[in-house]
Amino acid sequence: MPKWFVPLAVVCAVMFAVSPVLIANAPYESTMGLVQKIFYVHLPSAWVFLLGAIVCGIASARFLFKGDPRQDRLAWAAAELVVVFGIITLVTGPLWARKAWGVWWQWDVRLTSSLMGWMVSVAYLLLRQFGGPGSEKLAAGLALFGMANVPFIYISVNYWRTIHPTTSVVPTLPTSFGLPLWFSAIAFLLLFVLLLRMRVRLEEQRATLDTLYLSADA
Amino acid sequence: MFTRIVWLVLRKDLMVEIRSLEIAYTTIFFAVSCVLVFAFALVQEGRAPTDGAAGILWIAIAFSGTLALGRTFERERQAETLKALLLAPAARPAIYVGKLLGIIGLMAVTEIVLVPLVSLFFQAPFFTRPLWLAAVLLSGTIGFAAVGTLFAAMLVRARTRDVLLPVLLYPITVPVIIAGVRATAALLQPDLDAGIIQFWVALLVCFDVVFVTLALWTFEPVMTD
Amino acid sequence: MNPAPSDFEDLRVEDVSRHFGRRRAVSHVTFHAPRGSIVGLLGPNGAGKSTILSMLATLLRPSTGRILYGQCDSVVHGAALRGSIGVLGHDLFLYPELTARENLEFFAGLYALKQPGASADAALERAGLAHRAADPVSSFSRGMRQRVALERALIHDPRLLLLDEPFTGLDESSAARLLARLDSLRKQGTIVVLATHDLDLAEGLFDRAIFLRDGRMASAADRPASLRAMYREVMTHAHAAAAQGTEG
Repeated sequence: MPKWFVPLAVVCAVMFAVSPVLIANAPYESTMGLVQKIFYVHLPSAWVFLLGAIVCGIASARFLFKGDPRQDRLAWAAAELVVVFGIITLVTGPLWARKAWGVWWQWDVRLTSSLMGWMVSVAYLLLRQFGGPGSEKLAAGLALFGMANVPFIYISVNYWRTIHPTTSVVPTLPTSFGLPLWFSAIAFLLLFVLLLRMRVRLEEQRATLDTLYLSADA
Repeated sequence: MFTRIVWLVLRKDLMVEIRSLEIAYTTIFFAVSCVLVFAFALVQEGRAPTDGAAGILWIAIAFSGTLALGRTFERERQAETLKALLLAPAARPAIYVGKLLGIIGLMAVTEIVLVPLVSLFFQAPFFTRPLWLAAVLLSGTIGFAAVGTLFAAMLVRARTRDVLLPVLLYPITVPVIIAGVRATAALLQPDLDAGIIQFWVALLVCFDVVFVTLALWTFEPVMTD
Repeated sequence: MNPAPSDFEDLRVEDVSRHFGRRRAVSHVTFHAPRGSIVGLLGPNGAGKSTILSMLATLLRPSTGRILYGQCDSVVHGAALRGSIGVLGHDLFLYPELTARENLEFFAGLYALKQPGASADAALERAGLAHRAADPVSSFSRGMRQRVALERALIHDPRLLLLDEPFTGLDESSAARLLARLDSLRKQGTIVVLATHDLDLAEGLFDRAIFLRDGRMASAADRPASLRAMYREVMTHAHAAAAQGTEG
């Protein structure tokens, strides 16, 4: 593990321990009430979900055309985190929507695009799990297609129908709302980086083990 | 050189298909069965749901297209002929384009049967604007087949290819389905809003251009070990 | 400048290994085949014969080691080399719905031959199947299919011919015909690499025989007198080694 890992893990743990206090002390939003507080989890996980998808797509493209196995391991690790943070996003979203829109699920643009992105990353993992030998190249191709697909999904779902609080809400939030949100976002980002590093390391060690196995056999 | 290989592969596929007609018959019959299942599920008191026709048409196209893709590449797998194609010194993207055109042809034949059938069963006036209909169907089919041909070709080596093909294909082709259904539904409106159809067809054409380019670009690295 | 990749004088396999994850399919295989020689890869199923052929066909890359076609490395010149390699796979690579002639013409076109029709006719003549040219391959017997498939693999007059289990399902006369054809290729200066587990039919055919076991070269000999005797020896050694291994 790199030197920064343990200190960063401690920082991340402290931040996650402190964040409930910050969130609890944040002002009570007048129209939404208590349920608005779920945004402190929903938004950061959605951002990390998106970040993971970008990392996976770029690493896959580089693996496909350069053939570097390190990029493949990075893409795999990122895809798993996309699925995890995707679940958090997709669970917290409807919890809020039930209160705000009166329904658990709305076919709004960002909800639907997130669901489709999540589906692609699950398909990616299924392909790696059950695709047999050579599936890493195929999975990389899928990730590349999934990335190219994002604007198409977004535009098509957007014109299909839409009702979602727009992105411009966030920067205009009063600081008292914004501070806990950014704090929580940084905590999630740290968690993502730590988990990604750990997962990549696991694959690295597996690869080293394979090499050792092969050299002992020779 | 490139077009010659494309033509060779396409002609070979057409010849094989015309000899047996296996894929054409089974795909068309499957598509018809699909439409019937939807009819029994959705038609109530002898009335078809309004606007349902567009969705049913595109679901039948997507399902039968998946079947055609699977069967086409199963045929190339049986005597390992796909390996023989890859062993030839021909440009691999040309092989992809040849297979793609064959799939588009098969799907087009299926659609020729499907469209009148859906129109008949669900009282949908598809044929009032034949040119727009053709544009929507063609651009949608190209998009679906472009992604499908690449995925089916790369899954030939995988043991679980039958189930993985739809699992990978449908999330990626969601824009095609949405655009196809919306544009077809717009066609069925009594007063045509050309702007809406134009928007969806433009989106489909962009999708086609992006994904055909991407597939041509990735076919070589994906098919080499 | 480098010579054209397609015009190589010999084939060199240098310490080639290939693994799939943790499984070593091929391990440290080395051999050399000059023009006009027939190399036999012998061994039980799963010994790594097909993996070696796939690597020679440029379909798989070696994990370590290299394969040289004359001066050219397979990894660098893969695509250019494919035009001078012919492969007869175990699954024959023929479209059963098409006629023998259509199959041959299609592949002649794919290999960019000037006159696909004439090449296909000549190939049918050599296969002795000119009278069945218009029949679909699915109506042929295994032996006839094999003959068409061999001529398909040879249609572009490759410098290197790779055969995977070509004797499977052949009757005696078909096998004799195949052996005679291989002999004529040797005289033309083609390099032939043939994988088989059928020792009796291959007796006396090879200029070099390589016995494989678990992906490793168990034994190799030039113009072996008796493949059977050699095979027995290899297997006894292997068993003895295995027994020693369990004791120690």
